[in-house]
Amino acid sequence: MEREITLTVNGTDHELSVEPRTLLVHALRDEMGYTGPNVGCESSMCGACTVHVDGEAVKACTELAVRAEDAEITTIEGMGEEGDMHPLQESFQAEHGLQCGYCTPGMVMTASAFLEENPDPEREEIREALEGNLCRCTGYQNIVNAVESAAEEMRDSPMSPETATGETAADGGTVEEGGD
Amino acid sequence: MATDESPQEPRPEGVETVAAEDVDAADILGSAVERREDPSLLTGDAEYTDDIQLPEMAHVAILRSQYAHARIDGIDTDAAEGMDGVVDIYTADDLDVSGNVPTAWELDTLREVDHPLLAEERVRYQGDAIAVVVAEERYQAHDALDAIDVDYERLDAVTDPTEALDEDAPVLHEEAGENTAFEWEIGDAEATDEAFAEAGTVVDLDVTNQLLIPNAMEPRAAVADYDPGDDELTVHMASQNPHVHRLLMSGVLDHPEHKLRIRAPDVGGGFGSKIHHYPDEALAAWTAKRLERPVKWQATRTETYLTDAQGRGHETHGEIAIDDDGNIRGLRIDTKANLGAYLSTFAPAVPTYLYGTLMSGQYEIPAIHCEVTGAYSNVPPVDAYRGAGRPEASYIVERLVNRAADAVDADPAEFRRQNFVDPDDFPYETPVAVEYDSGDYEKPLDKALDLVGYEGFRERQAEAREEGRYLGIGLSCYIEACGLAPSELVGALGARAGLWESGLVRFTPTGTVTAACGTSGHGQGHDTTYAQIVANELGVDYEDVDVKEGDTADLPQGMGTYGSRSAAVGGSALVKGAREVVEKAKRIAAHQLEAATEDIEFDDGDFHVAGAPDRSMGIQEVALEAYLAHDLPDDVDPGLEATAFYDPDNFVFPFGTHVAVVEVDPETGEIDFENYVAVDDVGNQINPKIVEGQIHGGIAQGIGQALYEGAEYDDNGQLTTGSMQDYAVPKSSHIPEMETDSTTTPSPVNPLGVKGVGEAGTIAAPQAVVNAVVDALEPFGVEHIEMPLTNERVWRAVDERAGATGGDD
Repeated sequence: MEREITLTVNGTDHELSVEPRTLLVHALRDEMGYTGPNVGCESSMCGACTVHVDGEAVKACTELAVRAEDAEITTIEGMGEEGDMHPLQESFQAEHGLQCGYCTPGMVMTASAFLEENPDPEREEIREALEGNLCRCTGYQNIVNAVESAAEEMRDSPMSPETATGETAADGGTVEEGGD
Repeated sequence: MATDESPQEPRPEGVETVAAEDVDAADILGSAVERREDPSLLTGDAEYTDDIQLPEMAHVAILRSQYAHARIDGIDTDAAEGMDGVVDIYTADDLDVSGNVPTAWELDTLREVDHPLLAEERVRYQGDAIAVVVAEERYQAHDALDAIDVDYERLDAVTDPTEALDEDAPVLHEEAGENTAFEWEIGDAEATDEAFAEAGTVVDLDVTNQLLIPNAMEPRAAVADYDPGDDELTVHMASQNPHVHRLLMSGVLDHPEHKLRIRAPDVGGGFGSKIHHYPDEALAAWTAKRLERPVKWQATRTETYLTDAQGRGHETHGEIAIDDDGNIRGLRIDTKANLGAYLSTFAPAVPTYLYGTLMSGQYEIPAIHCEVTGAYSNVPPVDAYRGAGRPEASYIVERLVNRAADAVDADPAEFRRQNFVDPDDFPYETPVAVEYDSGDYEKPLDKALDLVGYEGFRERQAEAREEGRYLGIGLSCYIEACGLAPSELVGALGARAGLWESGLVRFTPTGTVTAACGTSGHGQGHDTTYAQIVANELGVDYEDVDVKEGDTADLPQGMGTYGSRSAAVGGSALVKGAREVVEKAKRIAAHQLEAATEDIEFDDGDFHVAGAPDRSMGIQEVALEAYLAHDLPDDVDPGLEATAFYDPDNFVFPFGTHVAVVEVDPETGEIDFENYVAVDDVGNQINPKIVEGQIHGGIAQGIGQALYEGAEYDDNGQLTTGSMQDYAVPKSSHIPEMETDSTTTPSPVNPLGVKGVGEAGTIAAPQAVVNAVVDALEPFGVEHIEMPLTNERVWRAVDERAGATGGDD
């Protein structure tokens, strides 16, 4: 028994039909083609699937797609693109805050939500904020450096958080998926 | 870390990256350029296996044994077959291939056993594959798993290697007759006995090096596609070594190797777990071929806990003999190694040649003997996990050395220094069959001691103890053998493959370059480092070099990425290929410049006539001439490319000193890091930032082993740490700030002078941490605590000693 839902992802409206049990991360990845959020644990432990739902960092592997009805969602694809990356994405590259990249979309999404609440964090606060996002490659130090540097950069060149995350980007139209 | 009252800790010093366009071409090798692979990984453009969607693709899910050891009396798939979306269900009876997963390493005494793709009459670990479900959709495939009814007759299970070797233990493989998989030794038993007989002091220690679960963030996955028209079978999979997977899978599936393509797209970490040939990816490939339809298999995290090859799993008795002058005279090691239920790909090599050969550590030890008994048990196959044998060796050596220093009342740093192999003695032949290529062990020791403030530490420690605070310092002077390796040597040791590497360097007519290597990176930044290497060799812009890896369809043969071999062996293959290209280009340039080839000089991408620098031609112009082929020397064919196979003369032997400083609360067992210093010598560094990242990540996994991680099984062989909730993959707050530095002793083995760096941190860290905790608890008489040093274990160790010594608490 599928249900019709509408939601906005990175500024684009989507209408799709999903099973009530479909996880948001699978709807994003398999139905709508946003493969940036990754599935690492299906249990909210690793955070690789983290996206923003109405501005809040949410682990999309334990959120049902139907609960995202009418939500504004931002995935890593909505943060910036090659050549026009978000300060966090730029600082992850500059600080070597990623290796295999699998946890990285979730790290960036968690970090960006955190920096909106705490634009000038201590290193210990960054470590606490990232506790729900596991990385097996980096040992975290360069991730903490990346978040710290991005925070500084974002304080020095203030953008509204919305502009920074692309969450109010122009409506890209409506796309229908699934249900076939 | 008493962070509550202390001011904000400053960021530890680290390597600063630089944008590639800001680096002079001549300086590209050795610069910390930002990684070129990052923008795609950072923006969601990356393509991991689960991101691949093919038309008409079905989904595979695998039914796994719920018991660690049982006979299968029947499998009823009827109900499952009738479920929505189910395409088909297969059990062992349906497999029409030889279907036996091989091991790639033999030992004289090895009892090889069958490892079927799907269990036939018996399951031997919780997670053993029993049936394959194919369904139209991912969820439907998993739903159907629950509807398959397996009639099990449970058998007793054994998960501990020592217990598995007991004659009363349940036997896993009747064809082997017992659980002993092999008995192996290295070194000179007699000379070692003599050394112990003559020694003034002997210290011994029993340690468990616990089973670890790799936990790459991306679970294993495969997307398989079969084209019946030309019999082409393509498998996109999370692999560290596509060519090795192709070779093994072609045998397992009876599919011709040249009609099998393995492609590793972006791979989300491996740490060893994606080297091995498992049943699962082959089952997906077989299913695609059977159905003539693309299929996807994506492991769940639960499946990775149950089936990814685990690491370590040793129980060891170690002894060290010291003479009255404080010199180490002998080392004797007896290890029971857990191999799990079946022999995984490199399983026989890991606890033998990757372990026993490292027992000399950084020390001159005249006599060493190491014996290892491999045991089958009811846990998943055990194989290479980051470090693979070398962390186990380094752990027992450095724990014994630490205890030896205590026993002879010597300072642990000075005791080590006294016993180091002298820098003038390299190459140094150990009593355990390897020759260290180069080393200068005091340099990283001195640098690390300086960084950590060793001189004042004992005073601080004494003062802290007065206040009831327990500080401890732990050293780890580790040796690592990597860059696997000379094929002839590994062949003599049992490898059923060579361990060379290939590098292809190809100019296009417009002067851009494709560099392809048979390694297969999965987070190590090879696109960046290989481009640095090739740009440097050819003297072309870094941006003009594109790097390809990980696809058997368009690359030369290769052996893959593991054992910290990519830079040392793969990078060297690219150097060799690039130099062959330069040689050919030189002949073309000589012809064009109307000079003799021997009069042509090459630097920074330009050929010029010796003594006449204005008569010159850039290598990219030469490339155009090579493809125009209008005016080439008579004996030179068109085109400008080379494929080189590089087989090194020896392993490379990185080394270094790591020091942990901890504070332990004996009341709670809590351990806080005050400092962690790592000084590593990995030879020349191609990209120091990537080196730093590898060291950081390695240390984190080593600290994970020391303090947090461990696979645990109950008496029935059920994994009780089967999720990220129960198995502590370290979080950001678990890992301390690390202070890293390096010394540089270039390796004489390869043209880059590099050693390996991927595993160094993991090899070094555990004993630094354990030595530090034991040092902190010295006033309580604690001599050893088994890893992971959980709060409970630390507290119990203190409590037991307090009881044993009649302490007041």
